[in-house]
Amino acid sequence: MVTVKHGEAKAESPFERRGLSDEQLVAMFRTMVMQRTLENRGFQLNRQGKIPFASASEGHEAVQAGAAMAFARGKDVLVPYYRDLGLALGIGLTPYEVLLSLFARAADHSAGRQFPHHYASRSLGFHTISSVIAAQLPHAVGAAFALMHGREDGRAVLTTFGDGATSEGEWHESLNFAAVHALPIVFLCENNEWAISTPLAKQMGQPDVYKRAAGYGMPGAVVDGMDPIACYGGVADALARARSGGGPTLLEAKCYRFLSHTTDDDDRTYRSREEVEARRKEDPVPCFERLLIEHGVLTAEGAEALKRSVLEEANDATDRAEAMAYPLAADLYARVYAQRYDPWLDERDGMNDG
Amino acid sequence: MAVVSANSTVMNNVEAVRATLYEALKSDDRTLIIGEDVGARGNVFLITKDFIDEFGPRRIIDTPIAEASIVGIAVGMAMEGLRPIAEIQFADFIYPSFNQIVGEAAKTRYRSNGEYTCPMVIRTPYGGGVRGALSHSVCIEALFYHVPGLKIVAPAFPADVKGLLNAAIDDPDPVLFLEHKKTYRLIKGEVPEGHYTIPLGKANVLKEGKQLSVVSYGLYVHWALEAARTLEAEGFSVEVIDLRSIRPMDKTAILTSVEKTRRLLVIHEDNKFGGIGAEISAMVAEEALFHLDAPIRRLCGPDVPAMGYALPLEEEFMSSPAEMAGAMRELIAF
Repeated sequence: MVTVKHGEAKAESPFERRGLSDEQLVAMFRTMVMQRTLENRGFQLNRQGKIPFASASEGHEAVQAGAAMAFARGKDVLVPYYRDLGLALGIGLTPYEVLLSLFARAADHSAGRQFPHHYASRSLGFHTISSVIAAQLPHAVGAAFALMHGREDGRAVLTTFGDGATSEGEWHESLNFAAVHALPIVFLCENNEWAISTPLAKQMGQPDVYKRAAGYGMPGAVVDGMDPIACYGGVADALARARSGGGPTLLEAKCYRFLSHTTDDDDRTYRSREEVEARRKEDPVPCFERLLIEHGVLTAEGAEALKRSVLEEANDATDRAEAMAYPLAADLYARVYAQRYDPWLDERDGMNDG
Repeated sequence: MAVVSANSTVMNNVEAVRATLYEALKSDDRTLIIGEDVGARGNVFLITKDFIDEFGPRRIIDTPIAEASIVGIAVGMAMEGLRPIAEIQFADFIYPSFNQIVGEAAKTRYRSNGEYTCPMVIRTPYGGGVRGALSHSVCIEALFYHVPGLKIVAPAFPADVKGLLNAAIDDPDPVLFLEHKKTYRLIKGEVPEGHYTIPLGKANVLKEGKQLSVVSYGLYVHWALEAARTLEAEGFSVEVIDLRSIRPMDKTAILTSVEKTRRLLVIHEDNKFGGIGAEISAMVAEEALFHLDAPIRRLCGPDVPAMGYALPLEEEFMSSPAEMAGAMRELIAF
């Protein structure tokens, strides 16, 4: 079991890099900075009146950068939830694709249909999701069954959700089925302590989600969700077990949601500024930056240059995506079914579902 | 119907479902069955009896009692290239899976702009007349009929069961396949051998007539046919259309018939308010009002939660062939 440590204690602990190279560590940091930058960009564009909506993942950077580094691109399947901007970036979605989603442009993977942060990319093995909480978990289990069915050894499914999802019936059904069939899947709970306005204490009697694993007969583990290396290690171990036929794992990463749920939410109505400011000490982005500099993985100048390059890339992606066209009104009618379709099969006016 | 072989076998609807599923499992190893008691028990109607011995537990999957995830897991399988056939043991138990059908399966293609698709079938026995009471008798079609992205099939005859189930399994989008329990062993018919499909959305004119068009589906097709023959003996001429599919629905067949007979009676077991008959009536009123010589009539289930267990309650809920014949006479006399 990994010991959970938060914030400042981290830099004093021995540098456990879990086999990650300097390049991988810097890549994780860059993903985290990009997530933070694009996150802020979403809120800025909303406040400028350019986009109607964005949701918030600030505080989830460490768990998502770590999980993405453990994910085997081109092999594993990701079934995420809507607060996974960093995970999306970390497995290969580009900032430009993120901005296409925010701006709801025709070139977006959903062709401008989906809410922001509901990404998908078949080529990345990145499932399409709805906003219904925990509805993606049975899909993840079905995908894991498909990997097993095809005897495609060495592949696994990573599925993610917040603490709020653990109250849903489909959460239970999914873990139970995965355990019965020893499926190659990792259930990663990004526990940020808030289900919009509902705190953990009102969501569950036992605040440690990972302890529920025992009830399903699968391993459970917890990691410091503010420590990207610990998160990488936890997800990598669980994915390795899944890929080698060892079955599912319930992994909990304890993190925190620093911002309101979305641009339409105001967290001042339900939690104190003192609470949020106190938790800011654990902010994984500056903490990880300090760690990398302290251990010589990155220089202070290198970190500044990285942030500049991230900002340039984000600006470029914003400009390019904003310049792209909206979908056409006629696109509303496309891809409801495989073929052209009308609920009334009428051969007399040529409309036929084919 | 594209009949490949001239040979045919007489079977009932249960046997037709079973034979079709068996052939699908034999011919495509991406196909699997997932549901409650489909393995050793062989399904509560014995539709999948012994399948697990031949195809194994990875293709005949006994699930925990968890309808939302039966459908949801099938959605994930379909998104990853399998061709799952999910079974909801009784249609009355489908409600926990409503979001997975309506919010997930039906929207997968649309919300990913075609990057992901959901080619799956959800089979479920529905309907009354079997002393099934409140939770083993319901018709669910109107609840799902409203949902773009789904297709819905409700065959009445064994040959149609096979052709439409094959079409549903082959279909690239999610199909809800409704099997009327009362017809399972009651209805027998010839089923052609070999693989064939019937296009989803194509109705079947079972009996031609000149004075009245009767449109129905499922069990009531058989009773409407019986009533129409009664009227025929009385000297009337009634056309009977079996919709077979209710989404998409065969506008051509309905309008062609109504424009000929100038009278329309829609009969279904599901309750009237907001039912399939309401949509058919609205369509005919929009498209063929001035062809009509009489108001459109609907003979449907009453607006109560479900049929009761006691025989008088069930009989009151169901429309009998005699009631159907009465409605036909009234409409012709209008």
